[in-house]
Amino acid sequence: MVNRRANRLRMVWAAVWVALLGCTPIADAADGHRVGFSSVIASGVPVSGMLASGGITDNSVSFPSWDKIFRALTLRDYNTRIVVIGATLLGAAAGVIGTFAYLRKRAMLGDALSHATLPGIAIAFMVVGHKNLGWLLFGAAVSGTLGVLAVIGMRRVSRIREDAAIGIVLSVFFGIGMVLFSIIQQMNTGGESGLQSFIYGKAAAMLHRDAMLIGGTAFAVIACCAVMFKEFRLVCFDQTFASSMGRPVFWIDVLMMGLVVLTTVTGLQAVGLIMIVALLIIPAAAARFWTDSLLLMTVIAGGIGAFSGWMGSVLSALLPRLPTGAIIVISTGVVFAFSMIFSPHRGVLAGVYRRWSLSHRVAHQNLLRALAECEEDLAAEVAIPIADVHAKRFWSRRHLDRLIARGSRLGLVSQIGPNTLKLTETGRRESRRILRNHRLWELYLIRYADIAPSHVDRDADEIEHVLAGDVVEELERELEQESTIPPSPHKADESRSKGVPA
Amino acid sequence: MSGRFAGSKIEARNDDHDAESPLSIHDMTVAYHRKPVLWDIDFTATGGRLIGVVGPNGAGKSTLIKACLDLVPRASGSVRFYGKSYRQQRGIVGYVPQRESVDWDFPASALDVVTMGRYGRIPWCLPPRKRDKYAALECLDQVGMADYAHRQISKLSGGQQQRVFLARALAQDAQIYFMDEPFAGVDAATEAAIVVLLRALSAKNRTVLVVHHDLQTVPDYFDDVVLLNMRIVAAGPTEKVFTAENLHKTYGGRLTLLDKAAQAVAGAGAR
Repeated sequence: MVNRRANRLRMVWAAVWVALLGCTPIADAADGHRVGFSSVIASGVPVSGMLASGGITDNSVSFPSWDKIFRALTLRDYNTRIVVIGATLLGAAAGVIGTFAYLRKRAMLGDALSHATLPGIAIAFMVVGHKNLGWLLFGAAVSGTLGVLAVIGMRRVSRIREDAAIGIVLSVFFGIGMVLFSIIQQMNTGGESGLQSFIYGKAAAMLHRDAMLIGGTAFAVIACCAVMFKEFRLVCFDQTFASSMGRPVFWIDVLMMGLVVLTTVTGLQAVGLIMIVALLIIPAAAARFWTDSLLLMTVIAGGIGAFSGWMGSVLSALLPRLPTGAIIVISTGVVFAFSMIFSPHRGVLAGVYRRWSLSHRVAHQNLLRALAECEEDLAAEVAIPIADVHAKRFWSRRHLDRLIARGSRLGLVSQIGPNTLKLTETGRRESRRILRNHRLWELYLIRYADIAPSHVDRDADEIEHVLAGDVVEELERELEQESTIPPSPHKADESRSKGVPA
Repeated sequence: MSGRFAGSKIEARNDDHDAESPLSIHDMTVAYHRKPVLWDIDFTATGGRLIGVVGPNGAGKSTLIKACLDLVPRASGSVRFYGKSYRQQRGIVGYVPQRESVDWDFPASALDVVTMGRYGRIPWCLPPRKRDKYAALECLDQVGMADYAHRQISKLSGGQQQRVFLARALAQDAQIYFMDEPFAGVDAATEAAIVVLLRALSAKNRTVLVVHHDLQTVPDYFDDVVLLNMRIVAAGPTEKVFTAENLHKTYGGRLTLLDKAAQAVAGAGAR
């Protein structure tokens, strides 16, 4: 009984994950057979043990038990711990160096770079004859750098644009790599199957010393960024100024791109070359939503990258058949989407709220001004027939009713009969202030911008709601106005010479 | 002639230059993609003067500044600051690039940007010190922007951004300043602030070279003027040089022959 419930829970958990991953792992699971590398995990978790749980067939993703999840999350197994720490550090390093690449507008160069590593990996494997991580990464670094140089070179010698150059280099290098990979498979030397993890990423394929290498590199990259922070900031913001000051912009760029190469290459095995560029761009882009300070942005991007690396490697340890790269990228994507929507200053919701609150303010200020004009017409502080207000504006009756309801909630107007309303004391003060701003702006437009009095009402309408106190003071000085409400300039024919005291 | 544009440089001997002058340019020609944009520029600045550089669009005003600061390669000729090359005199030269040359959405405050002017004095790999911050704040105050020190630069108006750039140049504490269109698209308050600043620099015997667009204000703002249209049409004290005749030579009638020759050189070099 208990067992069945646990099983059902596991199925729910599975459904959540499949939904989250958009079913990607299933499609990729066919590769799972060839990626026999998981047996090297050496985490004491035999693959067959994982498959045994639940009624899930051999060819799909298998889901671990609660115990295993708990052990992975708390880093109980030594090897899981090494892998998770390595991937987390890698994510942090990618986030940090990615921030500078992003601000230098070089992030997509990282994509050309990562795809261009593939031929190097293949050639290194052919030459060395077995999977030696050091040599593979060396090959990756060499051909990746060649790819970057190809992009830069194409831009130098021809008029081709950077995006096109990146697209060309990316696809051609990747194509060469795929051809070499198929040759390797035909050679059938054995042991080549693990090479796939460089394309799709597989954190669990890391050996102890691989993880140490990745962790060490990541640490070095972060340290380098910390030391070069000032120079990187200068070059990213204003390279012309930097070189006018005698900073060797070219070499600073080389160092920056070198760190990107280092991060990309060491991260290949965990994230895969297709998706590692996301780890460079997305944390930086997400972090930008939360801060206006470069230092904080770097730290936040590093944090997001670290979180994603941790998430990806833990899941990879639990579910060896899931492509780690995809999980890491999805984690960053979720963080990015959250940031874009909910960021308090630059977020989408914040923008919607700002527009919404401005339009509300405009609407109720318009009501108050209409009321002030009615009082002016009646030349008395008396109850105003709603019909009069209606005549001032093209409002529907329903809209007007809503405005009045909100005005009375705010204590600015009070409806004293079915068809009459009155300004409260606060409402009157506010309404006169608004009317006065409107008139001042109208006068200013007529006098200084040569706008015809008949057109001025509409123009002033847009502006009066956003006039700040100091601008109003300046207007007063320009127009030499006392603190009265000037008469309406476009109603001059109605001979209303006396101003209403404010 | 073709050898010059193919990249071989003819450096002038030092005695072509006046060692007393803050800026002397000798026989400088500059080409972009082999197309010459400045021809045979000879110019010697007098110290402590405000110098306006005016000329039509595409006359090579910005290029003149960039070539002086080694930001674009010179096809020929040489530039000296107090008789020494730019490389030796970097510390005494300040630069205000065009405002549009950077992305103002960069995550930095006004103070961060102005502090960059001090980077030349901070050793590599070390963060700015307290006194650099205070120096930067003082420069911000000089351009009337002290209240905005901690505001993100994209939230500043165009004029305020321009003042931040000027403050950054002030933080360089240079002897000679190059300013690329500091008056472009600024409000009246900023224009006035910049003029006050230029006068203050001139009073401290600093030399300032300003690329300028508004001909009307030239006589008010500048002691000297350089009329430029691919070559120097006239240069010298404003009251002597800034004449209708010279302006007509600078602006009136495209220099069709010079332009055609430039196109031909570019065409000959094209693949």
